[in-house]
Amino acid sequence: MKRRIPLTITLIVGLIVICSEFIPHRPFSQISSELEVWFMIISGFAILLGQLNLIKTNVLKIQYKQRNWPYFVITLASFFLMVGTGALWGSQQNAGLLGHGTAISSAIGSKPFDYLFNNVYQNLQATMFSLLAFFIASAAYRAFIARTTESILLLAAAILVMLGNTSLGTLLTGWLPDSLSFLHLPKVSEFIMKYPTTAGQRAIMIGAGLGIIGSSLRIILGIERSYLGGD
Amino acid sequence: MTHFFNVFGIWLGAAFTFAIFSFLYKDNPFYKVAEQIFVGLSAGYWFIYTIFNILIPNLFLPLSTDFAANWIKLIPAFLGVLMLMRLVPNAEWMSRYPIALLIGTTSGLAFLRYLKSDVINQITATMINPFVGNNWVTVVGQILLVVGTITGVIYFYFSKKHEGAFGVSAKIGIYFLMVSFGAAFGYTAMARVSLLIGRLQFLLGDWLGIISP
Repeated sequence: MKRRIPLTITLIVGLIVICSEFIPHRPFSQISSELEVWFMIISGFAILLGQLNLIKTNVLKIQYKQRNWPYFVITLASFFLMVGTGALWGSQQNAGLLGHGTAISSAIGSKPFDYLFNNVYQNLQATMFSLLAFFIASAAYRAFIARTTESILLLAAAILVMLGNTSLGTLLTGWLPDSLSFLHLPKVSEFIMKYPTTAGQRAIMIGAGLGIIGSSLRIILGIERSYLGGD
Repeated sequence: MTHFFNVFGIWLGAAFTFAIFSFLYKDNPFYKVAEQIFVGLSAGYWFIYTIFNILIPNLFLPLSTDFAANWIKLIPAFLGVLMLMRLVPNAEWMSRYPIALLIGTTSGLAFLRYLKSDVINQITATMINPFVGNNWVTVVGQILLVVGTITGVIYFYFSKKHEGAFGVSAKIGIYFLMVSFGAAFGYTAMARVSLLIGRLQFLLGDWLGIISP
């Protein structure tokens, strides 16, 4: 029963969603749109599950004083600070438990939740991702060794696309006469993006699309059941 | 007071920017603190976002304003609570029911979406006459587009050994895929560099005021 009922739910729900595409009338259309709302609500709870799991994991690490445990106190403190400010005064147009917090908003310039988001979260996020610029450069230096035709093509495409999208690319080939304008690096970059790259992307999309369709059918028909876990 | 908090916010941003960049030297407590704050704030942000933008408008608001018309929403609410049972070791199996509904809906939607957008639409877009174009560059490009797509798909067919004419086609397909990966890498690198430029603009403009923001 612990496996049969979930498999039946998956089969029925999957078939309803597929049928609603081919039979756009009642009851399929109605059930399908209601299912989409259900999906949103359960997904919301799934996100909450993730947050609660984060709390549980960090509390256990602190409780058992695992290595670097004081850092996990900081994680929890910042989590509750964000949740607390959002719950009390809301965010943007949403009111919190204490309303819109007009007094505190006029004192600090925005709602506390938005203040933390704009001044701390966004800066941390942008810096964290910009850090990757250094690691990408370092990884490229080590990995881009032009040994085979494939690696030469990869390297050439990357360099041409990058040069074509910067002012250096325009500077390097700007002197070419109009008859050779197709060799201007910005145009070469555009050509690479428009044709061979699109061809590669399309092949990946078709291949991956066929794979996903096959996997979806396997899940709906109950052949693939690993998502149910053990026992 | 507002001015103080504006300036304080900029200083906070600058301090955390330096804390993250300090990782370029080596892992250190400043980076670790900033990293954990980022994890905590990120989780907290999504928690509040989920409540305000998903659960309140789709569940709590319909139930509180017109319960008689929306009582059916108690079913996904109940399934949502079952989902949280995953945290309780002995009741973990109960979360299979909402997961089954999510997986069923996702599979059904994925089946339709990928069939239409990633298979049928892409094949339709490739079925062009490549020899019709304003200039020779376009014609060459269109030929490459058709040949690249077909050979790329051939490469992904693993049920037949890649040898003979089939192997040559698959090899050509790999070349197109490599160009595609190279271009994707170039774009990713540029996106990261533009983020880095953004951080430098913040430090030199907003924080130090050396350049105009």
